[in-house]
Amino acid sequence: MMAALLVALGAAVGAPLRYLTDQAIRARHDSVFPWGTMTVNVTGSLLLGFLVGLPANDAILLLAGTGFCGALTSYSTFSYETLRLVQIRAWPVAAASVLANLVAGIGAAFAGVALAQAIVG
Amino acid sequence: MDSTASSMSVDQPGPTEPAPGARRWPELGAVAAGGVIGSLARFGLHEAFPSAAGRFPWATFTVNVTGCLLIGVLMVLVAEVWVGRRLLRPFLGVGVLGGFTTFSTYALDIERAVSAGAPRVALLYLGGTLVAAMLAVGAGAGLTGAAIRAVRRRTVVRRTAAQKGVAHRPYRHRRGPR
Repeated sequence: MMAALLVALGAAVGAPLRYLTDQAIRARHDSVFPWGTMTVNVTGSLLLGFLVGLPANDAILLLAGTGFCGALTSYSTFSYETLRLVQIRAWPVAAASVLANLVAGIGAAFAGVALAQAIVG
Repeated sequence: MDSTASSMSVDQPGPTEPAPGARRWPELGAVAAGGVIGSLARFGLHEAFPSAAGRFPWATFTVNVTGCLLIGVLMVLVAEVWVGRRLLRPFLGVGVLGGFTTFSTYALDIERAVSAGAPRVALLYLGGTLVAAMLAVGAGAGLTGAAIRAVRRRTVVRRTAAQKGVAHRPYRHRRGPR
């Protein structure tokens, strides 16, 4: 029960932050490339990697990891935006977005773990 | 810049939503509430089906692919059927499905598999999720669009028949002048 509450609290912050980040980035960049989704996915993966690499205690992992990072990042938005790019035949942008999310997002997870382990020693 | 791409985005406000800078507390509340529901569902599935280090993370895979199928269905319904419901997309699309699916756990699952000495599992999971998620979102959107068109076509045939004062008999061949 306590675990679910921590996840819920983290998600209640993470999901609106994804929404606000996307809107803020859209207001500044007039581009079909989904910068907002990539930003939250890379940031969330870096933070989750850091938390797992420490490793943080269970309560922090539930609150900030499963709840916050889990809700901040999204696979459904990523896949839907890619589908839209394919539908308007913006193939190079679609391919670049997929590649950028995978390379930067997964790279960020590795970097987060390595960073935490370097700090903890 | 093609405006159709951004107007159909999950996160961007549509024509029925307030412009950026307008008061958006109801939207933020809907996103937060949906995010909590989606994240708790994801957490529950992870607790029910935990995966050992170095094994294929089926729970996250299933969560992400299912969420992608549902976003495909939802976005077509929001655009063509449930038009003008301002909080529906923030709640279900950005909130519930955005909170249900996750990229950070996906990325960490790959790192954990590599660290556990299972690079082949990591690669299979990386590519498998991507391919299944893209097929799922395309199938969800495509099948929903086809179903909506089929229903509308039947409705139009019935209306036309009613206007002509004849009963709609779809499988009977009618003869004579029209």
